[in-house]
Amino acid sequence: MTTTSTNNDDVMDLLRFATIGSVDDGKSTLIGRLLVDTRQLFDDQMDAVAQASKDRGVGDLDLSFVTDGLRAEREQGITIDVAYRYAATPKRKFVIADCPGHVQYTANMATGASTADLALVVVDATTGLKEQTRRHLCIASLLGVRQLIVCANKMDEGNWRFPLYERVVAQMSALAKTLEIESLTVIPISALNGDNVVERSNSAPYYEGPTVLEALESAPAGGWAGVHGEEAEEATRLPVQWILRQPGGGRTYAGMVDGAPIRVGEQVTVLPAGLTSTVTEVRTPSGPAEVAQVGLSVSVALADDLDVSRGDMIVGSANQPTVTNEVEATICWFGTGSLTPGSRFRVKHTTRTTPGIVDTISSKLDVNDLSLSGASELVSNEIGVVQIKTADPLVVDSYGVNRITGSFVLVDEVTNITVAAGMVGIPTLLHQG
Amino acid sequence: MTSTDTTTTERIDHLDLLESHAIFIIREVAAECERPVLLFSGGKDSAVLLHLAIKAFTPGKLPFPIMHVDTGHNFPEVIDYRDRLVERLDERLIVASVQESIDKGRVADPGPFGMRNRLQTTALLDAINEHKFDAAFGGARRDEDKARAKERVLSFRDAFGQWDPRKQRPELWQLYQGKVAPGEHLRGFPLSDWTELDIWQYIARENIELPTIYFSHQREIIQRDGMLLAVSEWVQPREGEVVETRTVRFRTVGDATCTGSVESHASTIEDIITETATSTVSERGATRADDKFSETAMEDRKREGYF
Repeated sequence: MTTTSTNNDDVMDLLRFATIGSVDDGKSTLIGRLLVDTRQLFDDQMDAVAQASKDRGVGDLDLSFVTDGLRAEREQGITIDVAYRYAATPKRKFVIADCPGHVQYTANMATGASTADLALVVVDATTGLKEQTRRHLCIASLLGVRQLIVCANKMDEGNWRFPLYERVVAQMSALAKTLEIESLTVIPISALNGDNVVERSNSAPYYEGPTVLEALESAPAGGWAGVHGEEAEEATRLPVQWILRQPGGGRTYAGMVDGAPIRVGEQVTVLPAGLTSTVTEVRTPSGPAEVAQVGLSVSVALADDLDVSRGDMIVGSANQPTVTNEVEATICWFGTGSLTPGSRFRVKHTTRTTPGIVDTISSKLDVNDLSLSGASELVSNEIGVVQIKTADPLVVDSYGVNRITGSFVLVDEVTNITVAAGMVGIPTLLHQG
Repeated sequence: MTSTDTTTTERIDHLDLLESHAIFIIREVAAECERPVLLFSGGKDSAVLLHLAIKAFTPGKLPFPIMHVDTGHNFPEVIDYRDRLVERLDERLIVASVQESIDKGRVADPGPFGMRNRLQTTALLDAINEHKFDAAFGGARRDEDKARAKERVLSFRDAFGQWDPRKQRPELWQLYQGKVAPGEHLRGFPLSDWTELDIWQYIARENIELPTIYFSHQREIIQRDGMLLAVSEWVQPREGEVVETRTVRFRTVGDATCTGSVESHASTIEDIITETATSTVSERGATRADDKFSETAMEDRKREGYF
């Protein structure tokens, strides 16, 4: 194994996961159940949930109120935006992004899934896999999620009949294959009653696998390093955020280490200029170091006095990224209107922001069969492949290799709203229809 | 490290990752925004935030000032701590005064014993307008409250200072996008993913100084609305209330009229970590009267422009 994977072992005590599920399949109830049964909630928080449930006449304890915190969410009984929750068991810490299920909140769902190591999927076993869930699973896998824990929920309503569970297993196995999912676990549960969530249930004698909590505790985690790409090669990337002037002259370059660790003595290139130098000093938040791991905010000094500014990238000599003014990318369009060729935006890629233009739209994605077909525009919440030209050159890797240097957002020049999330290249799981 | 083995390095743990992510956010906002400010209450979260900001720009000075929104109802220990800290760091401090807002007639005076927490919003927004700040760092954490759990790391506020939870900007990966129009601003929350326990573990690791009221001490208190309020110039016993001396500490620092203490013998950071890990009541539930009015009290205040 390489040094980066050794590093990942060191941060396995932190798993970030996103929840995915259609409206009313019981996603928020499941998270509420997980938090309650692992005793993450304080007494006063439990009291508040009980009181809110009583006030709205929805029984003694509506567990979805644990996460649905906004007024409109409680009134409508839906999740509008991602709620972040934190849990710790003796085995590890969890950062949970509880994502909304409605189609108009796809941007919020993508926000939650973009930094996830794993997706916890909730499917109503009495109805089977829904279109919305399929859509969100597609987006999650495009964003790089390769592990799924699927809860076949509401098994109690279906008298725990095996065919209900079997149907979810069959539907998910087929989908997982097309989404290039590497790890799939399907668990029959009742989030409402807590069966197989934290406590093992006798209701499903045909199931011998882990509970939801056991599956979460044993899943491989990249920790925060997981956002740095599933195929991270030995290729150091340091997007420069800030120049620190040193007393007595000289400068150091601050940013977060990505791709592979950065070391004193390492030969580096500053892109896009292409100037080479040697790292003479590495400082982590804990002080000077010989080497800094991926995910650490550092500052580095170089042997030569080069012109380096924010937005430039310091990279290792192996596996250099591409420097280009033209990027082919897969984008999720969140804007309210249509995206048409010729539209102008600000492109934010790593620490560089530059004017950009969507030159052509070559295809859009059908989430049902992951096929791309010719298109000349994208409407709200559609995914497509586009060619973008930028004023300043970008220093990019393919998204499949590196989630940080392979991602960007498009920002509306007038409203300043983030209107699209882009991934460099075309994921291998997509095919021409 | 003197090890010659180049494949192993010092282990990085979840505190290292939280720390580096927070520093990344602070540098990113400082670079993207023209006039940021760091909000500092004297509480433990803002102490951690300031510590991280110093780390982000060392050996240089902070590229933004520090601002305290002062309700005028302070624990003297906190003001003393604030002034010593700012002097030691030699950084710029702005004090936005709620008393001044009252004196100018910007807000109604709730009376000598009234709660001033909500009035901070006016003083804060006035100061943001006056200094033309386009970003304000705060120490809020998502584990504190169900409305905060929904908020982005960079949270957009319109020209009226309002947060609209239905119109949050998408915030993918680590692409923190900080562009705003004149009059609008951002709140930046570098501690979003930290829990109360993470904060205490980090304070212990970094040996960060805190106001003494966080540690167990003897204090005259009265019981009111289920809270143990410290007797002070602004909190006086009402009829039927009894002044008692108890061994307490504070879990949060806020306006003295609505910040309750908890009974505790935790006199060191290690004691507090043990106590926090086994507590059955949330930090705000134990100590903040202002969150007790409705199930969406925090959301309502945030919509108006509160921290």
